[in-house]
Amino acid sequence: MPIYKAPLEDVRFVLNEVIGAAQLAQLPGYGEATPEAIDAVLEEAAKICEDLLFPLNQSGDAEGCTFEHGVVKTPPGFKDAYTTFCQGGWAGLSCDPEFGGQGLPTLLSLAIDEMVCSANLSFGMYPGLSHGAYNAIEKHATAELKKLYLPKLAAGTWTGTMCLTEPQCGTDLGLIRTKAVPQPDGTYKITGAKIFISAGEHDLAENIVHLVLARLPDAPPDIRGLSLFLTPKFIPDAQGKVGARNALSCGRLEHKMGIKASATCAMNFDGATAWLVGKPNQGLRAMFTMMNEARLAVGMQGLGVAEISYQNAARYAQERLQGRGLKGAVFPEKPADPIVVHPDVRRSLMTMRALVEGCRALAYSIGLELDIEARHVDPARREAAGQLVALMIPVVKAFVTDVGFDVANMGMQVFGGHGYIRDTGVEQYVRDARIAQIYEGTNGVQALDLVGRKMPDNYGRLMRQFFHPVADFLQAEKDNPALADMLPLFMSAFGKLQMSSLTVATRGVVNPDEAGAAATDYLRLFALVALGFMWLRMAKVAAEKLPQAGARAGFYDSKLKTARFFFSKILPQANALNLAILSGAKTVMDMPAEAF
Amino acid sequence: MKILVTVKRVVDYSVNINIKADQSGVETANVKMSMNPFDEIAVEEAVRLKEKGIATEIVVVTLGVAQAQETLRTALAMGADRAILVPCDGELQPLGVAKALRAIVDKEKPDLVITGKQAIDADNSQTGVMLAALLGWPQGTFASKLEIADGVATVAREVDGGQETLKIKLPAVITADLRLNEPRYATLPNIMKAKKKPIEEIKPEALGVDLAPHFKTLKVTSPPQRAGGIKVTDVATLIDKLKNEAKVI
Ligand SMILES: Cc1cc2nc3c(=O)[nH]c(=O)nc-3n(C[C@H](O)[C@H](O)[C@H](O)COP(=O)(O)OP(=O)(O)OC[C@H]3O[C@@H](n4cnc5c(N)ncnc54)[C@H](O)[C@@H]3O)c2cc1C
Repeated sequence: MPIYKAPLEDVRFVLNEVIGAAQLAQLPGYGEATPEAIDAVLEEAAKICEDLLFPLNQSGDAEGCTFEHGVVKTPPGFKDAYTTFCQGGWAGLSCDPEFGGQGLPTLLSLAIDEMVCSANLSFGMYPGLSHGAYNAIEKHATAELKKLYLPKLAAGTWTGTMCLTEPQCGTDLGLIRTKAVPQPDGTYKITGAKIFISAGEHDLAENIVHLVLARLPDAPPDIRGLSLFLTPKFIPDAQGKVGARNALSCGRLEHKMGIKASATCAMNFDGATAWLVGKPNQGLRAMFTMMNEARLAVGMQGLGVAEISYQNAARYAQERLQGRGLKGAVFPEKPADPIVVHPDVRRSLMTMRALVEGCRALAYSIGLELDIEARHVDPARREAAGQLVALMIPVVKAFVTDVGFDVANMGMQVFGGHGYIRDTGVEQYVRDARIAQIYEGTNGVQALDLVGRKMPDNYGRLMRQFFHPVADFLQAEKDNPALADMLPLFMSAFGKLQMSSLTVATRGVVNPDEAGAAATDYLRLFALVALGFMWLRMAKVAAEKLPQAGARAGFYDSKLKTARFFFSKILPQANALNLAILSGAKTVMDMPAEAF
Repeated sequence: MKILVTVKRVVDYSVNINIKADQSGVETANVKMSMNPFDEIAVEEAVRLKEKGIATEIVVVTLGVAQAQETLRTALAMGADRAILVPCDGELQPLGVAKALRAIVDKEKPDLVITGKQAIDADNSQTGVMLAALLGWPQGTFASKLEIADGVATVAREVDGGQETLKIKLPAVITADLRLNEPRYATLPNIMKAKKKPIEEIKPEALGVDLAPHFKTLKVTSPPQRAGGIKVTDVATLIDKLKNEAKVI
């Protein structure tokens, strides 16, 4: 049986000691989000994740969703758990109090996302999509639509979806065919077929609010011709009482590799009544404004699965007795040593841990910037935060979801054959983690976003939001003895990133394939350096606190040990990535397409 | 009706207990601490009585270190109205605690006191019982069901071999057993509201009680590791071992 304990000690460390989440309480509207309040909220969220959601993870995977006559049922236990979750106010944690939300920071919501996704990734999809729909409606819909729909989404009594994908249209949204026809009463009729729609149909909530990207009759034929429509499953009256069934239905439940308790639906719209959200032909822009948070939230899915994979692998490595330490028995009184003594198993565990803790710090640091971008009183600070967020979102989404899968895979290796057998529960993490690399913009497309859009933006204006603070930190800490063994390793990788950045930027201008061929390697290099920066910051704090840490000395000591492992065993990948990037696009593009 | 609920901060039930190196007690430094699970049940019962309109105010009280405030906040987030912390850093034993609680009862004058049937740290099961005795109040211990009407509490309690139902006059002390209810998760709005609810601090001296321990703990050790089983050659050896090694017959 797998285990899960919310990693509250590390969460607190990152929030309070590394990134300074205490500044949240200084932001307008977040006065109540003091460290003590955040702590109390995290404690209760941990309880819910451990005791309510986690016990449904394996059963939800085994039983999956079912589909009969257009009706989708979630696995046993999900509906009750969802009701408890919503009654606790968790669905509306970061929603506006004006619409019944709790008005807490996005950072806190992301930290809780991580725990929810560790405990039960499939479950997390339902409130996750509702939150995306909430954000899009809040930012772009009319006051009437907001008043009607936002309180329901914040309470979780209605859930949301994002309907973009169609059979012929995935990454390239310009291929969307779904049509919207204006009606004399100001509404629209939507007709078309969407596929892969998460939470498209289910039994958790009284109504489902579909946000559909569709094309108006006179719209341009490409991505400039998309508009966003709010299309409810049941049409509510002005008081929010659900009424007639709308002309839309679930035609099929997809059979898939993982997240089996999340209903992935083919949705048919047959002249469904809808309301325009935002301006005509501005649908993509409306989606973009909520994309940053949504992509960060998908990153948290990767982090969540990586965390639980690590926890289980670490425990198993202490219990499983096989073989003897290479230098002789470490536990002679036992029939064999626990596998944690083997260097190769330790290599896995340390890699998993260094990636998980590094990604947590990185993701939270960007989460904090999201709140600062939204709320800070100083416009210059808001702008700077917005630029850093824009730059780092593709990095966090792609790298952290890659880590999610890689770490789950490493965890399975620690379990050996027992990991491949279902009972131990860890093969589910490999299957569940995989999707996060694909949806919400594939990781390849994230890399293109980084090199194609974010890097060249205004002559590297966004890039400077990352490079300058790193340079400042290095300047300030260059003589810090606690970091002496780490700084040279970091500076070497940082130098490689600078070199690669320059190369990709200059070559990319001449030949876009150069940027495209380097993109994924470049994103990974960027992410490793960004993780290195977080590890430096964590190591600095840990070294400062260690001498007076008392009972927490073990925590800080482990931080420093993990930091050293990261710098000496993981960060050197930067060299290889840099060489691969510098070698250019030729070997990638040489093969004629028909030769594949 | 006013209810006083007692709560205690203990090592979380899910934590593997470690003994301090000097054998003076259980390691609590940097260990996850939570509200004693039976106290959670006690708080839940009080909140339910308030929701039914039977109780009007719920006061939670704890004796303990400053961090026990967090335990009080948890109770406030579940629905208690206000809290009292009697700060004390030293070792606490049931009689001292019961005396302090009596002083709090004298001050607060509740109609009902609900305690957990025991705290999972030392498993003494004494505090609630002693408190009732000190107050001269009737008690319904190990309650698995509680109904209150017309100044009388009807208490179903689990006893060896069955269930016993008592009717006792209020004011009374009830100690909560596992099956009394299933405590709720605190809601987000209530967690935020709990931050604003008052926690009053009353120094032990102000209560005029002596909290000094009456018992001295000589040492604390882990239970012996279970040794592996063995096969005996015949019945005579078995009986011999049961008599002389295990000393059970
Ligand atoms: C479980 C699940 C849930 C989903 N939930 C939703 C949902 O709720 N709502 C929704 O609208 N969609 C959803 N999707 C769809 C998902 O977002 C898409 O699958 C994803 O966007 C990729 O589109 P595609 O599958 O058509 O792949 P394609 O776009 O066909 O891509 C195939 C490959 O080509 C690459 N590629 C494509 N274009 C480019 C390019 N320009 N440059 C470089 N590489 C490129 C991609 O990176 C990928 O590796 C879900 C999918 C799944 C499997």
